[in-house]
Amino acid sequence: MNSFGIEQFPDYKVPGVQHVDFSPYESNGGSIVAIAGDDFVVIAADTRLSSGYSIHSRDQSKLFEMSSKTVLGSTGCWCDTLSLTGLVKVRMQMYEHTHMKTMTTDAVAQMLSIVMYNRRFFPYYVSNILAGLDKDGKGAVYSYDPIGHCERATYRAGGTAGALLQPVLDNQIGYKNQNLSADQLPPLTKERAVAVASDTFISAAERDIYTGDSVLINIITADGIEERKLQLRKD
Amino acid sequence: MFRGQYDNDVTVWSPQGRLFQVEYAMEAVGLGTACVGLKSQELAVVVGLYKPENQTGLSQPKIIPIDRHVGICIAGITADARVLGKYLRTECLTYRHSYNAPYPISRLVWNLGNKMQISTQRYDRRPHGVGLLLAAYDKNGSHIYQVMPSANVFNCKAMAIGNRSQGAHTYLMKHADTFPYCTNDELICHGIQAISYAASIDEPLKLSIGIVGKDQPFKILSNAESLSYQRTCKPPDDARNHDMSWYPEALKEFEFTENDDAGPSDQGNAPTSQPSHSDVTPVTSGNQINDNKSS
Repeated sequence: MNSFGIEQFPDYKVPGVQHVDFSPYESNGGSIVAIAGDDFVVIAADTRLSSGYSIHSRDQSKLFEMSSKTVLGSTGCWCDTLSLTGLVKVRMQMYEHTHMKTMTTDAVAQMLSIVMYNRRFFPYYVSNILAGLDKDGKGAVYSYDPIGHCERATYRAGGTAGALLQPVLDNQIGYKNQNLSADQLPPLTKERAVAVASDTFISAAERDIYTGDSVLINIITADGIEERKLQLRKD
Repeated sequence: MFRGQYDNDVTVWSPQGRLFQVEYAMEAVGLGTACVGLKSQELAVVVGLYKPENQTGLSQPKIIPIDRHVGICIAGITADARVLGKYLRTECLTYRHSYNAPYPISRLVWNLGNKMQISTQRYDRRPHGVGLLLAAYDKNGSHIYQVMPSANVFNCKAMAIGNRSQGAHTYLMKHADTFPYCTNDELICHGIQAISYAASIDEPLKLSIGIVGKDQPFKILSNAESLSYQRTCKPPDDARNHDMSWYPEALKEFEFTENDDAGPSDQGNAPTSQPSHSDVTPVTSGNQINDNKSS
């Protein structure tokens, strides 16, 4: 991320002099998984906040409740995460004042995309996954890149272990690469979604040093948001 | 009351030391329908009386939610009230975003007063023609503040403003000592009874009731809740020598189903049509002179 480093100007290098460049970004680690069903959505995030090989906290939630139907999971640079979620909350409150109703998940998804793109030339270093119930009550998962590209999906994994987790979800939720015919695909139940999310995190904690300690799971249904916590490896 | 040569400009003093433009602005508050505010230890209530609905449009809102811990009831020029409401909302939201805490209400009204004072001293501005009753609950307890076009801000135990509010005011003064010890329901009932003095005796009240308190974020009661309070509180005082036994039945006229968004207190739906400045003065409302500008 450090594009203005001394490396760009080799003529200015002086032998023996130490150059310390300031980088505005830092990766604080963490992973998120979200799985959508017909009338529910499950979003899970680990609770480890780290910096390099140090741990800041073993118990920091990366899930931000935006409304009774929408949860935003944010990982990456923690300062950008706090700033972005604070901004989204303010924008949602302004919407509620003007329109006298809560923003729908789809509206939040679009707004988040716009807000992130507004920082196209100094991006929020955040990997966002928005989970919620859409206007028809169906589960929705929206995933983002750092400059706001937004895509709706059935399931998604993000964060430092995203590349480890996504293929597992493809196989277990999307039934990819399994020799199952269309009528053999069982519908996704809430219990299976929670089980798959939990298992993927247990696997991620094995191999990704930035993921571990515990995982917070939010299950969003029409009745509200249920919270569960699962312990993971602490090393 | 026309006061002569010193009233054309807000920057001109009269020989007696009065600013007539500011005093005229206070008259605008009296054009709006009544508002009542009162508080107990743990709850603050504002009640707004709706003008009778004309045939063409819906009533303008009397109560504007500002933040989780504060809301206002307005009397006077609604457009001016909207601007003040927008200012209060922005202040509260940015404070909450910056400090992760609710804006302490005494500072908020102080800042509002300072802002309103500017327009009483500049030749190119006019005072805001609206009176506000703020209901708030913060760490110092419950509050009722009165803000007037003169930019005066008063901390009140209870207050009534607007058209024919003197009767309501008298009622509040009579019972003011009991308010701190009232339960929430009793307090709301006192508010309803106070404001009934400002309404015409023959018709049931159409009210907007806002409450805020400890563990109670600011909320405007739904149509159904407001009607149920009106039913359970005793009807306006029998000392006024009216047989009010027809009152609970007449309230049935104001019952709305859940899908009906024509109810004045139903803030859950975005208003589909709000005549802010309709040019046609409806035939039925004979008494109101500035019908569509003030509420």
